[in-house]
Amino acid sequence: MRSSSAFWPALALTAPLVLFLAFAYALPFFGVALWSVTLPEPGLGQYERLVGDPLVQSVFLRTFRICLIVTVIAVACAYAVTYVWVRGSRLQRRLIEICIFVPFWISLLTRAFGWLALLSTRGIVNSSLQALGLTDGPLALVRNEPSVIAGMVHVLIPFAVLPLASAMRTVDERMLLAARGMGASRLRIFWSVFVPLTLPGVIGATLIVFVFSLGFFVTPAILGGGRSIMVAELVYLRMFQSPDWGLGAAISVALVVIVAALMGLLARFARLGLTGGGR
Amino acid sequence: MSKRAVGLQVIGIGKSFGHFTALKDITLDIAPGEFLTLLGPSGSGKTTFLMLLAGFQAASEGQLLSDGVDITNSRAEDRSFGMVFQGYALFPHKSVAQNIAFPLQVRGIAREDIARRVDAIIARVGLVGHENKRPAQLSGGQQQRVALARALVFEPPVLLLDEPFSALDKHLRGRMQEEVARLHGEFGTTFVFVTHDQSEALSLSSRIAIFNHGRLLQLGAPRDIYERPSSRFVAEFLGEINLLPVGGIGHCARGTSGMFEGARLTAPRHDHLNGSAVLAVRPEHMSVSAEPPEEGNGVPARLAGTTYLGSAMRLAFATRSGTPLTVTLSSEAAGRILDRGPDFWVTWSFENGFLLPEQS
Repeated sequence: MRSSSAFWPALALTAPLVLFLAFAYALPFFGVALWSVTLPEPGLGQYERLVGDPLVQSVFLRTFRICLIVTVIAVACAYAVTYVWVRGSRLQRRLIEICIFVPFWISLLTRAFGWLALLSTRGIVNSSLQALGLTDGPLALVRNEPSVIAGMVHVLIPFAVLPLASAMRTVDERMLLAARGMGASRLRIFWSVFVPLTLPGVIGATLIVFVFSLGFFVTPAILGGGRSIMVAELVYLRMFQSPDWGLGAAISVALVVIVAALMGLLARFARLGLTGGGR
Repeated sequence: MSKRAVGLQVIGIGKSFGHFTALKDITLDIAPGEFLTLLGPSGSGKTTFLMLLAGFQAASEGQLLSDGVDITNSRAEDRSFGMVFQGYALFPHKSVAQNIAFPLQVRGIAREDIARRVDAIIARVGLVGHENKRPAQLSGGQQQRVALARALVFEPPVLLLDEPFSALDKHLRGRMQEEVARLHGEFGTTFVFVTHDQSEALSLSSRIAIFNHGRLLQLGAPRDIYERPSSRFVAEFLGEINLLPVGGIGHCARGTSGMFEGARLTAPRHDHLNGSAVLAVRPEHMSVSAEPPEEGNGVPARLAGTTYLGSAMRLAFATRSGTPLTVTLSSEAAGRILDRGPDFWVTWSFENGFLLPEQS
């Protein structure tokens, strides 16, 4: 944007996107934000409720807890998967690509129902366990937190793979050779050279997965079965089940503020990653 | 300090990648404590050979002994030779001191010993005051010092250096060369050094091994290789050289001679030549006069151009048949002769030329 000659064409070319975002996102969000301070009466009453209501608080806490667990598991799994994808044999790479990117294109809803088919009382896991005589009755595998976590991890792994892969690809092979030449074992090279060198990717993947997971709706709604409600589902309930639009709007605004703060952190970290650290 | 310098015996080592032969039948002895340079153009196999010595790649054939012990199949982490990589391969997330401490930590050495040894080597390579900096905060020369310290701190039996100076500017390169020579003297470790820079090889090494197309062409002391190359490739690779095609080779008491443009040119005896050959003379061994020489070799030639090099002057000549000749004279000597017109005699003494087979 430094040269004014490039400014106007650049603006003209990006204008449709800017306009679309303004009409499709900014304007409606402004409306929601307006509701949060006007419904049912003007004022900050809904935000007082947000802070004071034990139900809302417990949903927020549960959401953070679930998202934290999901993020740790998803990033750890993605790290292993990406390691094989970037450094494995040709066959291993192809397999990983199929396992990671094909589910990526299947709708969230379909995948949540897939987990349901697997884990429900009459699902594949329970019927197999019973057929083998390992359990007497069906185990409660869905409508609980672990199944929500499993479903979310499944959806989120590919989002962690991409930043991790770009970090692992930039690792200078000679550094690993150098460590070997100095007598380091494979495990030592992995923990004290490879992992630190890919740390920027780990932090990026962690933030991306955490931010994405905060807004999850479909997967927790289907696999949680109304028992472990997360923030997005709470907004839905306030809006459509108990017409409490003001509170629903206030929760939405709070969620957007939290996500924006995390994105700001991400952007700041990305800038740091570009200028500092590596060679 | 040279308590652990070892000698390496390389016996018929070869390396193929699929159908491509990177190294073929390399046999040489590396003496304990020597400074051996592997010199060759890119793709000559010199770096592959270094990687085989380090154990990062496995030899396809042949044997590698370390003081008589077969290490052909031992892993890099067990050989534990020191290595300085092209681009240094310093760990960017570790400080200077942590980089240097790494090989000692890997060996499970006590913390106080590590601190003492790291401090000692930091002082020896002149990095005092930079201990806590990250590699990215250091200049190229300082990074080079860290790489050397990290490779020497565990007192490896052999230090391998892969084009360590290629990223440095000319001035710094000279200083680091002196530094490496000093460290070699102090540590007494066997150094094996890879470069494609012939002047670097000539000034640093106790011996040079010349590689081309995966083969070892010649091995010897710098002076022997420079003054008595065994092939045209070696002669040309080590520096500028004039090559005169000669025919009618004959042997006599004074040496071996051949005909060039009707004149008989003589060089030290070379018994295995017959028919035609190439007479090679380094530019700095030739001189220029207005008259034909009373003894020694002389070829009439016309001056085609001059290049001023500061202390010296490079003169380009062409003989009657158009063979180019290059002569290097001191600027002073060149100034005395150049205004005498374009036609001169290019002369050199018998012992300064050498005959090489036509093909190689």
